[in-house]
Amino acid sequence: MSETVLMKGNEAIAEAAILAGCRHYFGYPITPQTEVAAYMAKKMPKIGGTFLQAESEIAAINMVYGVASTGHPAMTSSSSPGISLKAEGISYLAGADLPALIINVQRGGPGLGGIQPSQSDYFLATRGPGHGDFHVLVFAPSSVQEMADLTGRALHLAWKYRMPAMLLADGTMGQMMEPVNLPEPSNAFGDDNPWAATGTEMKRPHNIITSLDLSPENLEKQNFERFERYKKIEESECLWEEYMMDDAEICIVACGITARVSRNAIVEARKQGIKVGMLRPITLWPFPKKALAAAAEKVNAFLCVEMNMGQMKEDVELAIRCKKPVELCSRVGGMIPTPDEVLEHIRKIAEGGKEA
Amino acid sequence: MAHHEIVIAGFGGQGLLFIGKVLAYAGLVEKRQLSWLPSYGPEMRGGTANCNVILSDDPVGSPIVQHPNVLIVMNTPSLDKYESAVVPGGKIFVDSTLISRKVARDDVDVYYVPATQMAKDMELKNLANMILLGTVIRETKCIKDETVEEALKHVIPARKMNLMDVNLKAIQAGKDYQP
Repeated sequence: MSETVLMKGNEAIAEAAILAGCRHYFGYPITPQTEVAAYMAKKMPKIGGTFLQAESEIAAINMVYGVASTGHPAMTSSSSPGISLKAEGISYLAGADLPALIINVQRGGPGLGGIQPSQSDYFLATRGPGHGDFHVLVFAPSSVQEMADLTGRALHLAWKYRMPAMLLADGTMGQMMEPVNLPEPSNAFGDDNPWAATGTEMKRPHNIITSLDLSPENLEKQNFERFERYKKIEESECLWEEYMMDDAEICIVACGITARVSRNAIVEARKQGIKVGMLRPITLWPFPKKALAAAAEKVNAFLCVEMNMGQMKEDVELAIRCKKPVELCSRVGGMIPTPDEVLEHIRKIAEGGKEA
Repeated sequence: MAHHEIVIAGFGGQGLLFIGKVLAYAGLVEKRQLSWLPSYGPEMRGGTANCNVILSDDPVGSPIVQHPNVLIVMNTPSLDKYESAVVPGGKIFVDSTLISRKVARDDVDVYYVPATQMAKDMELKNLANMILLGTVIRETKCIKDETVEEALKHVIPARKMNLMDVNLKAIQAGKDYQP
């Protein structure tokens, strides 16, 4: 294991991407993720990689498309308004079946919004950020260690399944420092990618990389094939963590920073004799539907703790087929729920249960 | 179990994040669980800024300090904002050169250190933050005396390592200070 170091979440993302073998970064500055670009600007030239500050977010994502087409891992990073701009490019990447890593360190919206942390891009990320029928892999780290670990995982799975992956963090996760053990350097991408546009040397037919297909029959077939792949991913790549769920009567569902806040509230509630636990989705797409459905068999109620108006709550209700009530504790606009607020919601649910 | 939830607050530019980084790196050297969270945005440029540090023997939950047991303040708006959040029995460290009022609560321990004046008198330019840190270390034992220098090696940029001695001097002045 490597030496433990202290890093900001944004820096951990950048270093982990490099350690995972990514040598091409394209971006455009925006708070609160600028440290990713700053780190890349310092490091990439020293290791023979590319750092390029593009003229816009749209340019950056299309540069990623270009590099990915040649069979090399590439990434971009931004924050919420910038991700909206990248949506077209992400859809094209999905349509061309190209791997890419997109970092979204979320801030409050909509519009330009503010610069303080938020989770309000949940829908944008999990419904396929762009037009057309598609998904991207979505990872929600809740520690600086996970920022590092999931960055590497996202890159590798994007490659494995030839699709874009998004690391969905927020301003707090990006700005905070925690001890982290960086992963060992690896490079699983190889030089021989039969799908890549690397020059035929007149020895093989062209590889055509495009998202355009004017034949409805062909385009339908591609969509079907893509969703067959998505089905496999839903079966095998789902990640979540359970905390104090063994005897839980109330199940908190929270990811990222709100899972950290909820942890404090759970410890406090347990001291007061309330049996509450947490199911923390680590992948948001694929969503841990089966784990939630299993939890619905055991607990009396769910509580979603989110920094949006209840976007993940819809997925929880779908996953459990509305078998149990799902309550919401939420703050928005850059505000973060406090452990006391979460505890208050837990207490209300616990008291309501006794009355009923 | 040692568990310190620390809020450091004042104006941007007073070295609040620096105090936090010294504490955080000391925690790293001591192999403790920790988090360091800055306020970010326009407040970094002269407005009120703050930094949350948690040092613990247990894994850190929320990195956002809601109820600090250690509060370090370097301007009046910060004392106004955080005074009521401190847990009963907590410790408040006040730069009394910059904050003229007294802490109103009687259920906390308060340490008034004229850190800015001391820094001026000792010609330790801009090191009021380290003087305060010295008193904090003495009174809270949140980090060990012997890990401070190692922590400073991480925090002071390599090209400014000549400033190590004055930083250590300022911390010692804070440790030695008696009202």
